[in-house]
Amino acid sequence: MGDLWAGLSEAFRLLVTLDSDLVEITLRSLQVTLSALLIGSAIALPLASFLAVRRFRWRRGVIAILNALMGLPPVVVGLVVYVILSRSGPLGVLGLLFTPTAMIIAQVIIIVPLIASIAHQSLRDLWSEYHDLLISMNVTQGQKMRTLLWDARRALLTASLAGFGRAIGEVGAIMIVGGNIDHATRVLTTAIALETGKGDFALALGLGIILVGLAIAVNLCIHWLGRTEQEGRW
Amino acid sequence: MSMFPLKVRGAQTARRGKVLVGPVDLDLRGAGTTVVMGPNGSGKTTLLRLLHGAARLTAGQIEWACDEVQARRDQAFVFQRPVMLRRSVLENLMYPLRMRGVARPAALVAAERWAVRVGLDAMLSRRATHLSGGEQQKLALARAMITKPQLLFLDEPTAALDGRATREVEAVLRAARDGGTHLILSTHDLGQARRLADEVLFLLHGSVREHASAQEFFNGPECPQARAFLRGDIVE
Repeated sequence: MGDLWAGLSEAFRLLVTLDSDLVEITLRSLQVTLSALLIGSAIALPLASFLAVRRFRWRRGVIAILNALMGLPPVVVGLVVYVILSRSGPLGVLGLLFTPTAMIIAQVIIIVPLIASIAHQSLRDLWSEYHDLLISMNVTQGQKMRTLLWDARRALLTASLAGFGRAIGEVGAIMIVGGNIDHATRVLTTAIALETGKGDFALALGLGIILVGLAIAVNLCIHWLGRTEQEGRW
Repeated sequence: MSMFPLKVRGAQTARRGKVLVGPVDLDLRGAGTTVVMGPNGSGKTTLLRLLHGAARLTAGQIEWACDEVQARRDQAFVFQRPVMLRRSVLENLMYPLRMRGVARPAALVAAERWAVRVGLDAMLSRRATHLSGGEQQKLALARAMITKPQLLFLDEPTAALDGRATREVEAVLRAARDGGTHLILSTHDLGQARRLADEVLFLLHGSVREHASAQEFFNGPECPQARAFLRGDIVE
């Protein structure tokens, strides 16, 4: 209980004093996660729409694989990305290992199946509602996909938020590919892991409380901006 | 270029080996209103979908006077249960035009004009899914008509509407017919068939049993099942 109170007071102190290290790693956490979210959504949402609209031979298999990949172990993703980006790996020449870019790549791989699967479920339902109408209007496949993405945008925001939640709390993969280097690749989750390892539970808890607060704040912000709760009015 | 005459030769659609409709032989000249009648399960909706291209043609041919791409563009379909896009009334009306590459200002003008014609001009900013059944059907009709189709399919468009909404929808349909659009309408409503039909297709068990002018059909159809249907008997 003492550690918890100490953690709360440490979190309060860090916030009130706008601790420069805290601000730096918080901003890096946001930078990495939001970049991964943007890139992941740009890949996952059109993919989900394509799977909802198009019928092709291996479609069911692709959907099943996508659903299975939702549970992809981040440590394995980190390991694979590490091998690919390491100096002897196929993309080693790019020199991306132990940079925020490598962390973004790992997070994108982790969240794309999650966002795509959740989005696909919403789009599949909407497609069953729109199917006859859009077929009768003779619109192109691209137009069908865009129509679904636009009309289901609020549900898709929820899918993206799930991806954000997964990415902001991720530690295993980004620890491996980022290396948790101070002033370079340290983010809130890797800092918490480090402080816990050092036995500084108060600071670790303080950072944890800030991480939770950040995740809730971003979620509320996106809900408010997207007016997600008005979805029921349709 | 006109898509008529439409020539249907031995057209049929089947699913899992079971023939749902056909073989159908039909010639449509492209004027007036063709009413498709028949008891429940006779294949009226499937026939409309087959002609429209929404059901797979498993045998036979459907030949338009123009190429198929133009034929697909020049027809529209109104469903029994209107499908509303999750958008405003205005956006629903503009949608088909925008999908055809019409610029937003031109689409807006056309949408507002059609909203006035169907009496929805006071509801342009309302969400389409919040409209009543009658209003939704009028919106679906206006959305189908906004592209000026040569051929409009209507699958029991007034089945769920009250008398007033039915009268309003029929007025729009008459105006469309007078404007040169050929209507192919399925209905259970004998009164509506008498009011709107120029010719009648009587369907039973997926095949056309009678194709006659409205006057001939209602004065005395040749097919005994059609006579029973007009008497109000149960036709199997």
